[in-house]
Amino acid sequence: MIHIIAFYLFAVMTVASGAITILSRNPVHSVLWLILAFFNAAGLMVLTGAEFIAALLVIVYVGAVAVLFLFVVMMLDIDFAELRAGFVRYFPFGALVAIVLLAEIVLGIGAYRAGNLELGTPDGTAATAAGLHNIEAIGGLLFSRYLFLFEAAGVILLVSMIGAIVLTHRERGGTRGQKIAKQNQRRPQDATFNVKPEVGKGVSL
Amino acid sequence: MTSFFQSLGMPFEGAWLLSTICGILLIALPLMLAVAMIIYVDRKIWAAMALRRGPNVVGPFGLLQSFADGLKVFLQETIIPSAANKGIFLIAPVVTFTVALMAWAVIPFNSNAILANINIGLLYVLAISSLGVYGTIMAGWASNSKYPFFSAMRASAQMISYEVSIGFILICVVLWAGTFNMNGIVLAQKGHVFGLINGFVANPLLFPMWVMFLVSSLAETQRAPFDLTEAESELVAGYQTEYSSMAFAAYWLGEYANVLLMCALNATLFWGGWLPPLDIPVLYLVPGFVWFLLKIGFFFFVFSWVKATVPRYRYDQLMRLGWKVFLPVSLLFVVIVSGYLMATGHFA
Repeated sequence: MIHIIAFYLFAVMTVASGAITILSRNPVHSVLWLILAFFNAAGLMVLTGAEFIAALLVIVYVGAVAVLFLFVVMMLDIDFAELRAGFVRYFPFGALVAIVLLAEIVLGIGAYRAGNLELGTPDGTAATAAGLHNIEAIGGLLFSRYLFLFEAAGVILLVSMIGAIVLTHRERGGTRGQKIAKQNQRRPQDATFNVKPEVGKGVSL
Repeated sequence: MTSFFQSLGMPFEGAWLLSTICGILLIALPLMLAVAMIIYVDRKIWAAMALRRGPNVVGPFGLLQSFADGLKVFLQETIIPSAANKGIFLIAPVVTFTVALMAWAVIPFNSNAILANINIGLLYVLAISSLGVYGTIMAGWASNSKYPFFSAMRASAQMISYEVSIGFILICVVLWAGTFNMNGIVLAQKGHVFGLINGFVANPLLFPMWVMFLVSSLAETQRAPFDLTEAESELVAGYQTEYSSMAFAAYWLGEYANVLLMCALNATLFWGGWLPPLDIPVLYLVPGFVWFLLKIGFFFFVFSWVKATVPRYRYDQLMRLGWKVFLPVSLLFVVIVSGYLMATGHFA
């Protein structure tokens, strides 16, 4: 009973907040609704027994990616009228993307239900091997059967990260940063000295 | 507790729901009381270190000061700036406050006193603490005012930076404990060093990790010396500038609940949680939650001590510490710890 109530709560909230993400006028509100959608999707994953994926979804998407979205959207000076003007022009393209996504989902679920994938049962429950925790099952698969793909994904992410840094980093002249090691090496005698000037005579610096 | 309600003749689901609600109240209500008292303790410690008296007027020894403050704040008018984004402005403190309470669900107070004994306990804590940044960003943006916005930018950059190194530090702990379950991590620390000392902190490979975790938890909760978000000399009061009345109180309570949570995490992950400090049978006569509360109290004293003595970091120094010192060192320790554990056959 609780399971069903929770499912409908999470499902309705996910769909509704997804819809409001598109419909809301203010882009910052959109991102906040998107975050709510992510969070409810994580709730749905917990219900199917994939608690590890749910935690990762919250940590990665809600905790990091959406924060960056929010940053960018808050900083941008968006002209809403101009955004709305382009709607009709981009509508066919958007519809095409939607159709492609729908087709992929149908294809994916169809292939999954046809069987022979060894991922779990088609109804989505009990996807882990018997007696294993979620994390252990995923770790077992990632570090044995899919080791090469897993490492390849890591290398691709590393390359893209370095690429982003190379593209955006620029040396700006004229800025002075703090050099901690140099500061720590400095001793009092490097910067100060004691003098005993005679009365009536000055000190040369 | 579920079985107790079932013995009263309830169906399982009703009993589970009722026992969970009771568990939540059993954690949240004492926590609120603890927050009120800990604010008083905090002020007394600063006062002692500054050779002042601190709050000493309301009630015996000023013990009721926090309650008087709470009542005062409750009776004040809530002011919403006319240019503020009203909905988000009001939701933001609620988010901070709720998130600060949520993470307590997986903290073990004793061997069986834990609200949700889930496999991914530590990941849950990480996930929930990564939500905490939204309360600050939303407040900063919705206030529609310069200082709160600067503060929100600083806060989010700071929290994201230190979460990265906290993640790596926790990986070392998880590698050694072999589980994400919080109670499992506590039990893995039993007799960890020489079969005598309970706690990962006495382990020479994990001690530097604990030091970094303590500093990172100061940064994560935006306590001094990392309280740049509320740097009063630069930003008035940071993201809280435009808040008044109960909304402001919600921030205050949430902040201190977060500080207590970080103290609890320090105790649980590195100092053996509800285990006594030494693995001697006599010490087990004292109930586990007493040890746990003592450890939380000790860490809270350390937090206040730091706040009373250390000057505030500059923003670029804060970023340097997070990205150029903590991140490489914690990465290095992940390699060292996992290498050591592989070499000694820990995983076999």
